[in-house]
Amino acid sequence: MAEVLSLDPRVVAVILAMAVVTFLTKVGGLWLLSRFEVSDRLEAGISVLPGAIVIAILGPEFASGGPAEWAAGGLTLLVMWRTGNILLALVAGVVGVVAFRAVG
Amino acid sequence: MSNPRSDEGSGDADSRTVTFGRHGVRAGFLTALPIALGVGGYGIAFGVLAAGAGLSAAEAGLMSATVVAGTSQIVAVELWADPIPVVTVLLAVFAINLRYSLMGAALQPWFSRLSAKQAYGSLFLMADENWALTMRDLGSGSGRGAFLLGSGIAVWTFWVGSTVLGVLAGGAIGDPARYGIDFVLAAVFVALAAELWEGRSSLVPWTVALAGALLAAELLPGQWYILVGGALAGGVEVIRYDG
Repeated sequence: MAEVLSLDPRVVAVILAMAVVTFLTKVGGLWLLSRFEVSDRLEAGISVLPGAIVIAILGPEFASGGPAEWAAGGLTLLVMWRTGNILLALVAGVVGVVAFRAVG
Repeated sequence: MSNPRSDEGSGDADSRTVTFGRHGVRAGFLTALPIALGVGGYGIAFGVLAAGAGLSAAEAGLMSATVVAGTSQIVAVELWADPIPVVTVLLAVFAINLRYSLMGAALQPWFSRLSAKQAYGSLFLMADENWALTMRDLGSGSGRGAFLLGSGIAVWTFWVGSTVLGVLAGGAIGDPARYGIDFVLAAVFVALAAELWEGRSSLVPWTVALAGALLAAELLPGQWYILVGGALAGGVEVIRYDG
């Protein structure tokens, strides 16, 4: 159980730095609003970042995979679209990849 | 709830007073409970990934409790290595969470009437889910300034609790590849992508991000391709924006 509770000082430091960075993004908009005007153009650019970063992670990940991973990825997408349930989608993807690897 | 207007409170800051009290906290908490359950699903997934990256339950729980931003935490854990690539992790977290600045700014018509402590304290607990609920509530003229705080408490509780559960479950599994657990991360991102897809307007930035990331993965070391793909997509969107 010691492992469960272990707190590596370096890890804690990085986590707290992440927390500070995130807090600054959360309060930054309200704080800046009275001082600067954010253009619609910049706003449009910022709003695509989360989706774009997710895709940037997925691309090389799937490029280095094979048909089993592609099929399981497709299955995950399908279940997510149909049900909107993340846990169900994950289970489908993981069960799918095991099954597809077994037959592939 | 008497006024069903569902626009995002587009600026017409009504003259009604904005209160900050127990009533608003309670309303936010109860409204967010069903959605917080869904957040719990992500928390379990995040915990499993964090365990795979070598984080303890305490460390992952601390991250969920203090960062409170799911997508960025999942990406951070994906980048996790020994030694931790601190700069890459912090840049990625910053880029992914930059949208919160816009979301926080959208609350300005109401939050400008709260004290700094009330406003910034509430924003600490802001996530995509409870922000959307809060915009709807305040936009309907409820004047409940503590709604974000209450809904944030619901989301935070489930997020932190499910993270710890996920780490414990992940640690009990053993060899990940045998059960396809190595695929969980890819599956989480596929599910995230399905939720982040905004229709045709996402097509160009996502294509740019994909092409940029694939190219950068060939040319650059480490995980820079993630930031390259994201930055290119953001840049192209800024350039091609036409109102």
